[in-house]
Amino acid sequence: MSDTQNLTVVQAVRDGLYSEMREDDDVLVLGQDVGKNGGVFRATEGLFDEFGGDRVVDTPLAESGIVGCAVGMAAMGLRPVPEIQFSGFMYPGFDQIVSHMARFRARSRGRFTLPLTLRAPYGGGIRAPEHHSESKEAFYAHEAGLKVVIPSTPYDAKGLLAASIRDPDPVIFLEPKLIYRAFRDEVPEEPYTVPIGEAATRREGDDVAVFTYGAMTRPTLEAAETLAEEGIECEVVDLRTVSPLDREAIIDAFERTGRAVVVHEAPKTGGLAGEITAIVQEEALLYQEAPVKRVTGFDVPYPLYALEDYYLPTATRIEEGIREAVEF
Amino acid sequence: MSVFDRAYDDPVRVLDEDGEVVGDVPDLDDEALVDIYRHMRLARHFDGRAVSLQRQGRMGTYPPLSGQEGAQIGSATALAEDDWMVPSYREHGAALVRGLPLKQTLLYWMGHEAGNEAPEGVNVFPVAVPIASQVPHATGASWASKLRGTDEAFLCYFGDGATSEGDFHEGVNFAGVFDTPTVFFCNNNQWAISVPRERQTRSATLAQKAEAYGIDGVQVDGMDPLAVYSVTTAALEKARDPEADRPRPTLIEAIQYRFGAHTTADDPTVYRDDDEVERWKAKDPIPRLEAYLRAEGILDDERVAEIGTAVEERVADAIDEAEAVARPAPSELFEHAYAELPPELARQREAFAAFRETHGDEAFLEE
Repeated sequence: MSDTQNLTVVQAVRDGLYSEMREDDDVLVLGQDVGKNGGVFRATEGLFDEFGGDRVVDTPLAESGIVGCAVGMAAMGLRPVPEIQFSGFMYPGFDQIVSHMARFRARSRGRFTLPLTLRAPYGGGIRAPEHHSESKEAFYAHEAGLKVVIPSTPYDAKGLLAASIRDPDPVIFLEPKLIYRAFRDEVPEEPYTVPIGEAATRREGDDVAVFTYGAMTRPTLEAAETLAEEGIECEVVDLRTVSPLDREAIIDAFERTGRAVVVHEAPKTGGLAGEITAIVQEEALLYQEAPVKRVTGFDVPYPLYALEDYYLPTATRIEEGIREAVEF
Repeated sequence: MSVFDRAYDDPVRVLDEDGEVVGDVPDLDDEALVDIYRHMRLARHFDGRAVSLQRQGRMGTYPPLSGQEGAQIGSATALAEDDWMVPSYREHGAALVRGLPLKQTLLYWMGHEAGNEAPEGVNVFPVAVPIASQVPHATGASWASKLRGTDEAFLCYFGDGATSEGDFHEGVNFAGVFDTPTVFFCNNNQWAISVPRERQTRSATLAQKAEAYGIDGVQVDGMDPLAVYSVTTAALEKARDPEADRPRPTLIEAIQYRFGAHTTADDPTVYRDDDEVERWKAKDPIPRLEAYLRAEGILDDERVAEIGTAVEERVADAIDEAEAVARPAPSELFEHAYAELPPELARQREAFAAFRETHGDEAFLEE
């Protein structure tokens, strides 16, 4: 058993970067304020001093340039880990992400591959200004050629980040900033990976399967505990990767319970909950005992923070959704 | 005085429109000069045949390059073996100089993904269609070569329209900041489909945009292959040299003209008049270099005829080879999206195969 450290999610991200950069000289970090400043959330703290300015690069303020240069670096065999400071600012780089990051391998029939991990803090709940709180993982999950990973614990943050950096294909790594510092976890000091594409069962239960990921995992577990007191036992599945989805885990949990609730903070229409609903319809219709309930953000532009508490799913909204599915 | 110290609106020239020497002829041996001529002839003939294939329904939409051979061949000839080129989508001539078989270029425009798979050892990036989006790739790739200390130079092509795109500015700016071994080669062919050069920017030249990024900028007569070769060679040498006393990146504006349409789907008579086209045709790079080489005694009627015949044969062979390539296996659809097929994609492939097994290919190919 190796030594562990008690880390928050953001410290585990930093530790994941640190250990992958130690393991492999081809790994480098680039972005805005990632160098001496250590990142606006401190996700790259100390890396500049440890690895120097060639591997921890403060770039000009230009997201398309950051992503586009990372594409060129990765095509030449480096393993760049660009950071976009907030996921709401990924759109200037969106063309690079969908037109190039996602397609270089296919376009060149495998001559060029992009071992590139694009990190960005995402999601709401931290009283941030406009454009700092959205959850747009569905954009990226829709794009063939990308993988989309969203950790919900410090242990997974380090292990999934290592797996993403070592992956031969490009990964969008979205970090739920609401839980960056919300709690701590024992995280091994040694490098390790958590496999991409595998969900984790966070709580076992026979009455209803609740699928979620990222920052919504905690209120979902809270709702599950409250409902347990009423005799409703929830199976809580943390998807951890939203592309590719762990279909087996989704189908298995659904078949055992016959009821499903999906929780995400992203808007309802076109969100991952629709995809998960379709999977259980396609694969396990005959097990179904109730309509799949979606507990999500609303189909409105993300509000300024005076109203964000009304936008984001809370434990109580999640409880209510689960009750609906169970009592149908 | 360095070639990079001249005024932005003073293009480097070697040969005038009649092939008379008006500048410093680059130090190339006779065969290297003939190679430039041969490659230009090859690109021109290929282009004509490709347009004709499209007209006959044997190839899809194709972007012609006629008129731009001087810029493409002159610049690509300047690359060293280990250097790289990062194209947009019109650099078929430059790619062939780099060793990309003509058959590959034909296959790409015939709709085969395999056309974009440059063979190992051919240092050419895949075609980039979204305008200017390849510019930051060239910066990033050349940055990688600098970080690794291998210092290969990267030659990145784009058009005049691309200089209006954000990616051009971001890519060139990063190159300036990180002093990467990159040569940005703007094929200013005067027209971005129907929008003229002066609609792209109020700047008097495109070369002067280098000033804003602290790098060298220079104009060259893009229809003078020897001038293009000279200026690109100087820019590449400077890019490769970590000790260079000037910025490693350079922006070259190669003034030229696209004789034909933007693509075979475009009709240029709608937006430009024949007089303009004729004025630019007088600057045609091929007769210019031919006149010079004849005057120098390097080419004669016999050699020119030989080259013409060889060029025709080579293009005909490439067309035969490309047309002999069967439609890719339908299962190819699922290859190369990822290193390893994700489970859902594997299921889609199986379902696709099963459907094909039951219904046959006619179920997909109905009109």
